Amino acid sequence: MEFAELIKTPRVDNVVLHRPFYPAVEGTLCLTGHHLILSSRQDNTEELWLLHSNIDAIDKRFVGSLGTIIIKCKDFRIIQLDIPGMEECLNIASSIEALSTLDSITLMYPFFYRPMFEVIEDGWHSFLPEQEFKLYSSATSQWRLSYVNKEFAVCPTYPPIVIVPESIDDETLRKVATFRHGGRFPVLSYYHQKSKRVIMRSGQPLTGTNGRRCKEDEKLINATLRAGSRGYIIDTRSLNVAQQARAKGGGFEQEAHYPQWRRIHKSIERYHILQESLIKLVEACNDQTHNMDRWLSKLEASNWLTHIKEILTAACLVAQCIDREEASVLIHGTEGTDSTLQVTSLAQIILEPRSRTIRGFEALIEREWLQAGHPFQQRCAQSAYCNTKQKWEAPVFLLFLDCVWQILRQFPCSFEFNENFLIMLFEHAYASQFGTFLGNSESERCKLKLQQKTMSLWSWVNQPSKLSKYTNPLFEANNLVIWPSVAPQSLLLWEGIFLRWNRSSKYLDEAYEEMVNIIEYNKELQAKVNILRRQLAELETEDEMQESP
Amino acid sequence: MEHIRTTKVEQVKLLDRFATNNKSLTGTLYLTATHLLFIDSLQKETWILHHHIASVEKLALTTSGCPLVIQCKNFRIVHFIVPRERDCHDIYNSLLQLSKQAKYEDLYAFSYNPKQNDSERLQGWQLIDLAEEYKRMGVPNSHWELSDANQEYKICETYPRELYVPWTAKKTVIVGSSKFRSKGRFPVLSYYHQDKKAAICRCSQPLSGFSARCMEDERLLEAISKANPVNCYMYVVDTRPKLNAMANRAAGKGYENEDNYSSIRFQFVGIENIHVMRSSLQKLLEVNGTKGLSVNDFYSGLESSGWLRHIKAVMDAAIFLARAIMVENASVLVHCSDGWDRTSQVCSLGSLLLDSYYRTIRGFMVLIEKDWISFGHKFSERCGHLDGDPKEVSPVFTQFLECVWHLTEQFPQAFEFNEAFLLQIHEHIHSCQFGNFLGNCQKEREELKFWRNMYHQFDQTLHPRQSVFNIIMNMNEQNKQLEKDIKDLESKIKQRKNKQTDDILTKELLHSVHPESPTLKTSLRFKEQTRLPVNDSLRTIEGSSPADNRYSEYAEEFSKSEPAVVSLEYGVARMTC
Repeated sequence: MEFAELIKTPRVDNVVLHRPFYPAVEGTLCLTGHHLILSSRQDNTEELWLLHSNIDAIDKRFVGSLGTIIIKCKDFRIIQLDIPGMEECLNIASSIEALSTLDSITLMYPFFYRPMFEVIEDGWHSFLPEQEFKLYSSATSQWRLSYVNKEFAVCPTYPPIVIVPESIDDETLRKVATFRHGGRFPVLSYYHQKSKRVIMRSGQPLTGTNGRRCKEDEKLINATLRAGSRGYIIDTRSLNVAQQARAKGGGFEQEAHYPQWRRIHKSIERYHILQESLIKLVEACNDQTHNMDRWLSKLEASNWLTHIKEILTAACLVAQCIDREEASVLIHGTEGTDSTLQVTSLAQIILEPRSRTIRGFEALIEREWLQAGHPFQQRCAQSAYCNTKQKWEAPVFLLFLDCVWQILRQFPCSFEFNENFLIMLFEHAYASQFGTFLGNSESERCKLKLQQKTMSLWSWVNQPSKLSKYTNPLFEANNLVIWPSVAPQSLLLWEGIFLRWNRSSKYLDEAYEEMVNIIEYNKELQAKVNILRRQLAELETEDEMQESP
Repeated sequence: MEHIRTTKVEQVKLLDRFATNNKSLTGTLYLTATHLLFIDSLQKETWILHHHIASVEKLALTTSGCPLVIQCKNFRIVHFIVPRERDCHDIYNSLLQLSKQAKYEDLYAFSYNPKQNDSERLQGWQLIDLAEEYKRMGVPNSHWELSDANQEYKICETYPRELYVPWTAKKTVIVGSSKFRSKGRFPVLSYYHQDKKAAICRCSQPLSGFSARCMEDERLLEAISKANPVNCYMYVVDTRPKLNAMANRAAGKGYENEDNYSSIRFQFVGIENIHVMRSSLQKLLEVNGTKGLSVNDFYSGLESSGWLRHIKAVMDAAIFLARAIMVENASVLVHCSDGWDRTSQVCSLGSLLLDSYYRTIRGFMVLIEKDWISFGHKFSERCGHLDGDPKEVSPVFTQFLECVWHLTEQFPQAFEFNEAFLLQIHEHIHSCQFGNFLGNCQKEREELKFWRNMYHQFDQTLHPRQSVFNIIMNMNEQNKQLEKDIKDLESKIKQRKNKQTDDILTKELLHSVHPESPTLKTSLRFKEQTRLPVNDSLRTIEGSSPADNRYSEYAEEFSKSEPAVVSLEYGVARMTC
């Protein structure tokens, strides 16, 4: 298919662009296969350069022959284009609609994007499972790498390489896979060096109504416990939902069959409930009537912060099991690809200092989200403005980022990255020139040959020039567990995401810059003081030497 | 003092109101004439000024002892468990006596506390200060002059002695107008904007009833309007809700009739009265104090308390003022009922928006002095300093501080002071100021937030506890120190070098020099020598470094304390599964 077929009017002059906090600009609008570009003719600068895949929904209106297109983006921005000429406007609108909803992944921009920077480190190879495993293998011999899923035959949503208990062979894994939803047998998510306890994750057990059991599954799970010790199974569904799942062949672990494990249900919402929550929240944030009560009740009705609190609470519970109770934890919901990953990854942020560094966090996303099979393509297909609601769309990853932001705000010195880093990840998960977040699993990514055909986000972001923007100037390595507060008084609306286009960030940006300057200056001064002290000491000794030769 | 029967109780437990595992600190409680002091086993001290105590409550006896709950005006809530009931009773009674003083003379004096009648306060340096402040604004000038009408507080007791009025307003006009205004508080200048030649004036409500008029008052308003050469009309802002103002008419008070006054534009801005504000805060505190609240309960509680709505109403009024002056060049006259609560809030916040000087530490204090203290905000009654009418207590000043805090959040660089300063002022007494980045402010959506640090500054388990602002402020201080150090060091090095060259010169003249051996030895000794000073520098830095405090926090409490709500739910979960 040629993009040209979709673009009936590639260029319109005298288009006026309206954006929040910028004066309106008049310029020439150009449509390309992947971008919408507006350039004001005066000084030949691009005023707007928007990926079609970032467009969530458009509205069009006409007043006489002047058409207006309102573009609502997945990053919640809303812009308006005034286009003279009804035909041009209709053409542009239909082109945008078609180009922003391409159904073939291989037509997406990452397959066409040619990087303008020199790749120092290929991000596709930055976080290989073997390397990650090395971090553990020095500390424990209880675990091994398994290649049982090499052809994605055992579990289509798992990566080819997974970490499993040393004592469990691949044959057992195959059997366990038939007992777990989507073949997602329990694998290692995190090994806590201090307590020597682990976080594992899986899909729900397929017990069904008649309470099926699987000896291999029990063996695998018990293999992770020492004799006499106990573990916790955190089910991210309420007991009710878990019981209902039995009717569809799913279910949960029966105490009788897993006597060493205690099961705790923590209800975390999924799918359309989260999507609706996001839609309501964004609507509330865009509501321009300045009424305090309506704002508060709308914020409350969106339930967004309730979801944040539930997720954080579950993650704290897991961290507490590991660090305080010194017990291993198995986490699953239904599929084990959404709330499960939110909880495992946040627990690691709380427990593991490494995951609070930039590289550590990237590794965490690679391991716990991309390789663990979070279906990014499905979940992030649309955002808050889309009318055609599909049931698999949900802001699961955004909720995770929001939770990280909450912790970051509570511990502003413990993270190597800053808020901008989280915002950047949000943007790229929904629309990007990089292939990292394409596809729903490693097997899909393999089939698409993303490694060969697209550029990894990490290649771009890990350039020193880019990293400086995402580095937290206050960072000081903190090796302790950080316990966030989950009381509603401590949770805040993430203004950097949700009010980003509704308020001018000028003053906050200036303050941030000033902060960076003060810190830089402080470092400079300290270095200078140290040099001068050394010089002085040198001179003093010389003097002494000369006085008493 | 006669009220104190027990001065020291041992083995007292201090509970954290948000920790659910009943974690407590054990220590000794001391009662002094001015403070209640608790020293825990880690030697950490908790000081509570008797004067800060809002209420003391003795709860039913439990197995571990007698609980004593003390609520403070700075929103600290402490929950003690005293082992013996008799001790608890003694302390309870003493605190009841000590926290409510009947006479001004009994008050523990602190810097901003208006110990005397507001009018008596206007003496000494403050007076001079305010005259300077008006001079800074550019008055007196060709339109405004100092009036001696109130020299002996004859016309209005609650006004300062030195008042600024339009020069065209003669004393007869002033006297006449004051008789037409509630408590004699006639229109006077509060803030003068030099560039725009527009003024913020303040007064109390007119005694208009349903139809009364006063020629002098009308002339005074006209004079104020004329004192602004640019604009022919002025705004009269009644900060009350229209309904309240109308109700006042029946009592012979009310608001200006636009028909009787030439060239005024009348406007209500709808800020609720002190009683509404008091109960709003009460509701807010109830919500905050609830343990294990769900997010929805918190927000619906926050909403139904109306607190943020009231804050926004005050901010909106101040923005209206600032816009009138900046955009329309119009003078504004502000009043409410008596003109000392809402009027003070709105005038001071409006000036803060308009004038960057008030956003400095000094300017902020001047503003408080000017709009609050000198114009007779009844701090003592509003803050409940004395055992008086509880209906006179109201968080008017707290609201002002909170408005300023919202501005500091939105415009962090526009203020010289920070949250800690506001909390400090609140600690001592309520005081507030407004600012002047109006052009942006009016468009700004105010997604007002909950001021966590105001209402939870003493709750250890509610994060965040690290303030980026404080860290940066400390660093700024440290930078100044370092700059000084560098200068010192450079001058020392210079001295040394000079001395050395002198020495060398003399030595060269006297002997032939053997440069090898000394330099060699120096480089050997250099290592030992440098390590010391470098370490030294680190140590001094750590002393002032916030990072240092942070670690001790983690090590001692934080890593041990558990997330409040989690542990609760965890406990429940363990029981049910």
